[in-house]
Amino acid sequence: MSTGTRPITVAILAMGGQGGGVLSDWIVDLAEHNGYLAQATSVPGVAQRTGATIYYLEMFPEADAKQRGRDPVLALMPMEGDVDVVIAAELMEAGRAISRGMVTSDRTSLIASTHRDYAIGEKMALGDGLLDHTRVIEAGEEAARHFVYFDMAALAESEGSVISSVLFGALAGAKALPFPRKAYEDAIRRSGIGVEASLKAFSASYDKACKGSEQPVSGKGEVGHYVPPQGNAVQKHHPAVAALLDRVRRLPSSVQDLAVEGVRRQIDYQDPEYAGLYLDRLESVSQLDRRYGGEAHGYELSRETARYLALWMAYEDTIRVADLKTRSTRFQRFRNEVQAKDDQVVHVTEFMHPRVEEICDTLPAVLGQWILDTGWVRGLIGRFTTKGRLMRTSTALGFSILFVTARLRRWRRGTLRYRAEQARIDEWLAHVHDLVPVDYSLALEVVRCQRLVKGYGDTFERGLRSLQLILAELKQIKHCEQPAAIVDRLREAALADEGGDNLRRELAKLKKDSSAGPAAISPEGLAHV
Amino acid sequence: MAERSFVNEVKKLRSGAGEEFHGEGILAVTKALLQSGVAYVGGYQGAPISHLLDVLNDANDILEELGVHFESSSGEATAAASLAASVNYPLRGAVAWKSTVGTNVASDALANLASGGVMGGALIVVGEDYGEGSSIMQERTHAFAMKSQFWLLDPRPNLTSIVEMVEKGFELSEASSTPVMLQLRIRACHVHGKFIAKDNQRPPLSLRDALDRPDRDTGRIVLPPATFVHEKEKVENRWPAAQEFIRKHGLNEVFDGTEDNIGLILQGGLYNSVIRALEKLGLADSYGECSIPMYVLNVTYPLVDDEVRKFCTNKRAVLLIEEGQPDFLEQALHSILRKGDLQTRLFGKDVLPMAGEYTAATLMGGMKKFLGSTAPHLLSQPEDRLEGVEAQPLTFKPEAWEDSSSPAKFEALSEVVPARPPGFCTGCPERPIFTAMKLVEKDLGPRHVSADIGCHLFSILPPFNIGHTTMGYGLGGAGATAFNVPDARRTISVMGDGGFWHNGLTTGVTNAIFNEYDSVLLIIDNGYSAATGGQDIPSSHASVPHRNTGHSIEEAVRGVGAKWVRTLTNTYDLAGMQKTLREALTTEEKGPKIIIAQSECMLNLERREKPKRRERLKKGTRVVQNRFGVDSDTCTGDKACIRLSGCPSLSVKPNPDPLRPDPVTYVKNSCVGCGLCGEVAHAAVLCPSFYRAQIVSNPNWKDQFVARWRGKFIGALQRLSERRLAKYAV
Repeated sequence: MSTGTRPITVAILAMGGQGGGVLSDWIVDLAEHNGYLAQATSVPGVAQRTGATIYYLEMFPEADAKQRGRDPVLALMPMEGDVDVVIAAELMEAGRAISRGMVTSDRTSLIASTHRDYAIGEKMALGDGLLDHTRVIEAGEEAARHFVYFDMAALAESEGSVISSVLFGALAGAKALPFPRKAYEDAIRRSGIGVEASLKAFSASYDKACKGSEQPVSGKGEVGHYVPPQGNAVQKHHPAVAALLDRVRRLPSSVQDLAVEGVRRQIDYQDPEYAGLYLDRLESVSQLDRRYGGEAHGYELSRETARYLALWMAYEDTIRVADLKTRSTRFQRFRNEVQAKDDQVVHVTEFMHPRVEEICDTLPAVLGQWILDTGWVRGLIGRFTTKGRLMRTSTALGFSILFVTARLRRWRRGTLRYRAEQARIDEWLAHVHDLVPVDYSLALEVVRCQRLVKGYGDTFERGLRSLQLILAELKQIKHCEQPAAIVDRLREAALADEGGDNLRRELAKLKKDSSAGPAAISPEGLAHV
Repeated sequence: MAERSFVNEVKKLRSGAGEEFHGEGILAVTKALLQSGVAYVGGYQGAPISHLLDVLNDANDILEELGVHFESSSGEATAAASLAASVNYPLRGAVAWKSTVGTNVASDALANLASGGVMGGALIVVGEDYGEGSSIMQERTHAFAMKSQFWLLDPRPNLTSIVEMVEKGFELSEASSTPVMLQLRIRACHVHGKFIAKDNQRPPLSLRDALDRPDRDTGRIVLPPATFVHEKEKVENRWPAAQEFIRKHGLNEVFDGTEDNIGLILQGGLYNSVIRALEKLGLADSYGECSIPMYVLNVTYPLVDDEVRKFCTNKRAVLLIEEGQPDFLEQALHSILRKGDLQTRLFGKDVLPMAGEYTAATLMGGMKKFLGSTAPHLLSQPEDRLEGVEAQPLTFKPEAWEDSSSPAKFEALSEVVPARPPGFCTGCPERPIFTAMKLVEKDLGPRHVSADIGCHLFSILPPFNIGHTTMGYGLGGAGATAFNVPDARRTISVMGDGGFWHNGLTTGVTNAIFNEYDSVLLIIDNGYSAATGGQDIPSSHASVPHRNTGHSIEEAVRGVGAKWVRTLTNTYDLAGMQKTLREALTTEEKGPKIIIAQSECMLNLERREKPKRRERLKKGTRVVQNRFGVDSDTCTGDKACIRLSGCPSLSVKPNPDPLRPDPVTYVKNSCVGCGLCGEVAHAAVLCPSFYRAQIVSNPNWKDQFVARWRGKFIGALQRLSERRLAKYAV
């Protein structure tokens, strides 16, 4: 039997709140006013609450139906291999369409926005939970007959409209449907809501879609791949800085970019002298790196030390937070971030919750330690810190308080926190020093474990505890097979959940595997994870 | 105020005879009810039927003009029982709900309605939320029709057929004195299509007329011995009458084909997918012209035995296409064929999956198997190019639910495509409640949490992962009652305001008080039946036309004897929420501790406030808006804040710090400034990165003056710091 005229089929994959319904209505209206019968449907349900939704449309030439004197039978859901146009309002939704077989090279025009709307699973990961979207672009290029992609969310924002109008423009620009541009614009006009803004975004999108596609900015954090910031070259360095940079130049060339950033960070954090301490530490690791075959590894050990040492030495104490919060660059940034227009006034309120610990951290070491150790004093201060504090940084008083706190930098070296952190850094580096001659990759993994130490308050303490647990077991791990892989696994386990269950499990497994040895992991150690 | 307004669309309901009606499935159903001279309509919301209720609400003026009474029932049982008006009077009535959950709730009334039978046509419109994106797929409405003996319509999913079946449904109901159920699949409810309208009909007998002349027939009342008579009547009179009507009016359709020694028997609702699958096999065209004869069951219960026999006579084999399990139709067909001594071989669930949605690809796989064994010559079409599409094995396998037909090449891509579980909306007032529960759990340890149906059920998903069971709408309280153990770790039951009024007041609250259950019951009062689209309920704060609202949940629970009751009027007050929860979990007082947590659904609030704000901005009035932000240079990317929130506006971005590997948190521009981020940062002592920006639009002279001087002062200090950095620039 000859199948004759067939409907044009369109699937829209969108998430709740993206205006997939509006887009679907426009397409129906477009078809119905241009000689086509149209049918559209969707499954909203709970999907409207941030879930993914598919809208499905079919259109059929009215003249053909008139000639036959019958209505065509149109389907209510897309069939694999039978979709002419797939519109994805987010990049991973395009991936979903491709993996479901909706995109085929014989007929499908794929129109996708390359922006990412991260799913909760990606967002809540302790480390980097972002999924690699480059594969979606590659697959789209291969699977689709025609693939139009660019960041449509960004265009919508810059045009002051919503993504549905940009998608509609890209659909028109892709020329995937048998309608002229004007027909699309008329459909927008007939809908009667936000017409001007929609038309503007439509037009910009139409032009862009005609020009070709754009690769998205990589979202996935790439550890080890460092792109130096593009700034204006400084004409003349302060002698102290120049001396530091001279030292950096004596490091292996592959380490220098990160080391410069590290030096910059320590000066920003404290002073050139502190950056000198940073280089002292880095150089000693780098010497070992050279001696024990680092060249073959591209001096990866030095590179990673340059990175993680810089981060650790610039730990976030109260002084640092106050310093960063009062910078002029930050004032410009928050205005940009909240998209304040020039004629709008913006007030900023900070949410601070210094506890006894943070207060003592910022005090001279002896005094801070005394308070922490003296129950009644600690309790007394504790009573004033049960609630968080709101600080209005945009007022003279609020700003001044933070400004003065930032100026405590001068006395930082005397604080309790400074002593504690330097001791921890030295302990960590001591492990690295011990391990390099024995096992280069193991030492490298130990360096990377610094990644666990981040955040504030409980989060910071939990991360630190994870690191210390791993370090405590190094003596044991050293004798296992593939010790580097074990540390890597332990680090991933520590990042897998907040409660530490995974790390506990991995450590217990390790203990079981080597239960014979006297250095077996103590159950008390586990209880502290 | 419902989430979606149909105020414009309902105007189409006035269209008269001959006009072409364009619109959604649910609008078409409403129009068909009016064309049928319905006297009263009721129902309870729930996808995919919510919009039908919203349409009726928005169409109240038109209904009143026609003398049709519409009521938002308090539950499906109420709606089903309201059909009692059709028992003694020739009044046509229709009710609607989401099946099968609603049908379960309604089944007591349905059983009795079907037992006594009806005089006026009684139509139940049920939305089947089955298949992709569905929340309810574990049962078939078909079973209810079989057990209570009412008739089930499953029309072909085009508006003309649907409208016709609504009209014929009333006639069938009257001809057989039996209630009739019209089943609409979710996509049919939302399908945009067209049909030729007829004039609306005023009900021939009004409700007022009926009330003026009360009439009763004791033979219709469900009480023995009448009940025994009803049973006899069902099989001896009503069933044959229904079959006769179906046959006479051709409710089921036969489409002839050239290959007349085989055939397809299918549920009407699957017709379009079946045609598409046949089209792909080169056996049908876009108009449904098909070479294989088809018998389309627009009425799936009861079957008309002689129609079935007639279709099957002289056929070697037929394929029955029946979605869902158990295979009721298949069993019935086997019985009919056997009794008729027909040797036609019946294929069905042996070539098609036992469970799961029948997509066109799935159907194609089944048909290929069927044709492979009965008419292989039909399979040689070049169009038959989707290789690898195989029918699922005979027994139920969970894989059958997965997409088995996508080209293997790109299947691996699903590894990088994230799942998108539904979650609380931006600024949802329910989120802080679960954040508080999470924080209290950290101190007091984990405990059993009985969840309920409603938006709050999203708590069972990441990032909260709170909740152990969910037994049904309003049954959060009831779901924990077995744990009534003295001095044990207290359970927490969650219930929404929608569920509370639906049945939770009796099943949860009253039951716990009566049984002295030492537990915590959390009632989430956001002012609407929010999950179903923001319909009003008795405790809605706004005054709503045609409804009496504003009834306090606290008074209701005190009325049934609750003693420990706390109403919190601001769920965003995280510290207050935590304190109250902790108190409820630790107090010496026995019996249920009831916490009513109130804040308006943010979707509804924004829908109301946004246009007003826009108007004020346009007029140049001073407007202050809150928004949250995260300082990316103090954020270390541990994302503890996200794990305590999950707000869609709280997202991540690649770390701008070249040294840090992990993404940082940032707040999207969709933030509505609900304040939870700041509260969490305080309560959980997270980090100092959050800030609240108050954006003053159209600032007055005072704002500008103060801002200018502050800017000067701050700028001067900032230049001081910059001098140090400039000196040591690297």
